[in-house]
Amino acid sequence: MLFGISRELIVHLVIIGVVFFALQITAAVLVYMERKVAAVIQERYGPYLVGPKGLMQPLADILKLIMKEELRPKGADVVLFYAAPILSATAAFAAFAVIPFGADTTFFGFLDSPIHLAAADVNVGLLVIFAISSMGVYGVVLAGWASNSKYSLLGGLRSSAQMISYELAYGLSFAAVILLAGSLSLRGIVDLQDGYWFGVIPRWYLFLQPFGFLIYLIAGVAETNRAPFDFPEAEQELVAGYHTEYSSMSFALFFLAEYVNMATVAAVATDLFLGGWHGPFPLPAGFEWIWFLVKVFAILFFYIWMRWTLPRYRYDQLMEFGWKWLLPAAVLNLLVTAGAVIYMGW
Amino acid sequence: MPEPTLNSFLLLSAVLFAIGTAGVFLRRNLITILLSIEVMLNAVNLTFVAVDRFRGTVDGQIIVFFVITVAAAEAAVGLAILIALFRHRESLNPDAFTSLKW
Amino acid sequence: MDAISFWILATILVLASVLVVGQRNPMHSVFLLILSFAALAGLYILLGAPFAAMIQVIVYVGAIMVLFLFVVMLLNAPTEEATSGDRIRRMFGAGPRHFGAVLSAVFAVELALALIRLASMPMPSADRGAPVATVYDIGLRLFHDYGFAFEATSVLILVAMVGAIVLARREAR
Repeated sequence: MLFGISRELIVHLVIIGVVFFALQITAAVLVYMERKVAAVIQERYGPYLVGPKGLMQPLADILKLIMKEELRPKGADVVLFYAAPILSATAAFAAFAVIPFGADTTFFGFLDSPIHLAAADVNVGLLVIFAISSMGVYGVVLAGWASNSKYSLLGGLRSSAQMISYELAYGLSFAAVILLAGSLSLRGIVDLQDGYWFGVIPRWYLFLQPFGFLIYLIAGVAETNRAPFDFPEAEQELVAGYHTEYSSMSFALFFLAEYVNMATVAAVATDLFLGGWHGPFPLPAGFEWIWFLVKVFAILFFYIWMRWTLPRYRYDQLMEFGWKWLLPAAVLNLLVTAGAVIYMGW
Repeated sequence: MPEPTLNSFLLLSAVLFAIGTAGVFLRRNLITILLSIEVMLNAVNLTFVAVDRFRGTVDGQIIVFFVITVAAAEAAVGLAILIALFRHRESLNPDAFTSLKW
Repeated sequence: MDAISFWILATILVLASVLVVGQRNPMHSVFLLILSFAALAGLYILLGAPFAAMIQVIVYVGAIMVLFLFVVMLLNAPTEEATSGDRIRRMFGAGPRHFGAVLSAVFAVELALALIRLASMPMPSADRGAPVATVYDIGLRLFHDYGFAFEATSVLILVAMVGAIVLARREAR
């Protein structure tokens, strides 16, 4: 007992702090990774001037963003204008709070009994993530409205319409996983993916639900307004969409929110489909989160790869794809999974 | 600080319902009237969940599930009617729609 | 049950609801209502109903309020003008609006009187063994006993969807 505060509480607070800072560092790493991977794909050097191999580039970017002038359009609604990036960033961070990233550990004997490695471990974890993702729409819509500019409004409306359309396929794809696992708790779902079939193939839900995984990734990419679905932010069409009128820290918050949302989608995909922190060879106890990180960054690399490889969907093509192809596919996936669970006892 | 009893939840729900009713009677903007109706529905939901906890059943939560669903359907249709009305008169004030008045 | 959480959430809820009814700009009203829904979800969690709380956030905050927001934005809803005339005449004059105010006040007083007469009913708190309702229990009850209502509700939603599309359509000339 340290000053009357139990060890569990201290460790818990430290975990919350670690998750918070890890997300920000992930966003910085993603800034660098995006530019370097884009450079490799486009056969050029990426950033190489700032620091060795350009590794200090994210730091330079952040300093630049902090030191820019904070502008606000004249007719903008002050409260809502500044509330929008705050709402976006808050929703992005809060969604990550319920994601477990490692096995139960006692931190090498510091604690008496093993503690869950997650900022907050709730029974209905998947529902919480879905709920908070649907609140992320408000940041976008508010930004579009409060900027009092036509590019922003159009971008905001299109962006939010896209997000709410793809939310359906998003939810249905993990409804199939919930059917297989019988639990809404992310930790429970990861624990069910331990072990191997025939000693070789890991028991990941990826192998039971290949289409579910594909649908989830596509819906996740559309949710975060990235890669082939980033029409509302495209420079050629709408200047910068809903964040046209933002500068300095407000823009940095939107930027941060986008990268943290990507990380959340990748982390949930890892937990649901890729077995979370279970890897091909077991790591020493207390270090399983390394596998989790590897898988999350693999998915993030795939995200960035997709952005610089695929051409952009036009807005009506995007909406048609979401409603007419992805949603029926997700429903079909759910039905087939339900049938398999009932008749084959998966 | 007194422990909240079922009475406190019922009182809270009654206050919310009264606020919603006041909103429906007093506001002259159709959207705000619809929002006040949502406030009333939420007050009722709170009553259901509170009594559920008191009696140890889950029926209240199921009814809440249905109430929320029906509220969604009602909001959709209500807003569609609102849009149709706005197209006619360019106004959201209920006092502008008096052509059926005797 | 955590008394402090209850009082904080209840205060936010009532304050936000009063402001929703009192605000003149409909955009602000919508966001205050979202705040009050979030406080209500917190109260549901306090009452051991995590499923209801999450459904509240997903459906009400995530879908219905987005609908309201879109309508407010697309109609460019005008801020309500204050009625003309000086304040005293507005508050105490005659007219259907003031009749409505009196009615609401009477209703509120009536509810309060009715509730005060009830005997005190303490709630079972979590640490005294009251269970949190899991999604499993709810699912079992929902599909066993309320299956018909469930199917009827899905038909209702379909009808509402079709109705909303038809009602909001521009007349083809």
